[in-house]
Amino acid sequence: MALRKLAVSLWKTISQPARHFSLGFLTFGGFIAGIVFWGGFNTALELTNTETFCISCHEMRDNVYAELKTTIHYTNRSGVRATCPDCHVPHEWTDKIARKTQASKEVWGKIFGTISTREKFVEKRLELARHEWARLKANDSLECRNCHNFAFMDFTAQSKRAADHHARFLASREKTCIDCHKGIAHRLPNMAGVAK
Amino acid sequence: MRDQDRQGLSAALGLGAALATALAAGALLAAEGTATLRKADILEQPAPPHMARVENKDLKRARNYPEQPPTIPHHIRDYQIDRNVNKCLTCHSRTAIEQSQAPMVSVTHFMDRDGQVRAAVSPRRYFCLQCHVPQTDARPLVGNTFKDVDAIIRGGKGD
Repeated sequence: MALRKLAVSLWKTISQPARHFSLGFLTFGGFIAGIVFWGGFNTALELTNTETFCISCHEMRDNVYAELKTTIHYTNRSGVRATCPDCHVPHEWTDKIARKTQASKEVWGKIFGTISTREKFVEKRLELARHEWARLKANDSLECRNCHNFAFMDFTAQSKRAADHHARFLASREKTCIDCHKGIAHRLPNMAGVAK
Repeated sequence: MRDQDRQGLSAALGLGAALATALAAGALLAAEGTATLRKADILEQPAPPHMARVENKDLKRARNYPEQPPTIPHHIRDYQIDRNVNKCLTCHSRTAIEQSQAPMVSVTHFMDRDGQVRAAVSPRRYFCLQCHVPQTDARPLVGNTFKDVDAIIRGGKGD
């Protein structure tokens, strides 16, 4: 009963015009508050979208990040490199929000230590990898293509073997990047049960 | 002078003499040119040679003798070969070659040590890089007088 009373009085308050604040204060104040809150939200979001943030957890730092370090996506002749979110978070805003919402599961995992030891991580690695493969398969390897744009790919500069395969499978859209390029940035789990 | 001190002094003198001999020998060797692949005096730290590049032409190379394991004509950077997965076999396995058009691992790799052909690559042949290696453009450090068997047959005595 008390709760109902509270709800009714709250509704009465917000459904009435402001008694003490001017219209100007409310519109401009609301505008500025909007900027502050929106800016703050986006800044916080972008802060979680950095490699520094990812490897602030030992689960990422000691496993997947350590493995990335020897690969061509971390060190190469030209010094261009991919950081965690480049491949694991969509760049478009709506997709990014969707992925970040999914990531709440990862917060849960962090709190309850789902992969808090190397053994737990290895145990769960195939499942985690499958999620990433499924995501990249579903979006046609979107995160790969953010850098590796097929339209600008020069087959003549590739080795014969690479050019042949890209011409046969990628150009025809028969396959997408992740179909062949699994495990290029991290070690692979046991692939015995994974369809080629 | 106490006994202990005298011992210390003679030890120091002995060490000094040994050091002097070593230095003299080093100087002598340096004068003759050190006979190592390092090509620098033992006290020098020469600039390392440029890293050789892996040949990535995808062209099969001639074998120097029939049993020679073929060399790998492409890059294999970061190829994972362990208990979990064998990256080479994603193209060279029996079933993968239809798509990859790569040469299949030869049937000898499916044999166990009794010569029985098994369904999959035998564990003793699983680690490809034990025999098959990529080649680089590095120049040989020393020459060699290897002759192809055909040349020997043609040349009679092998000259």
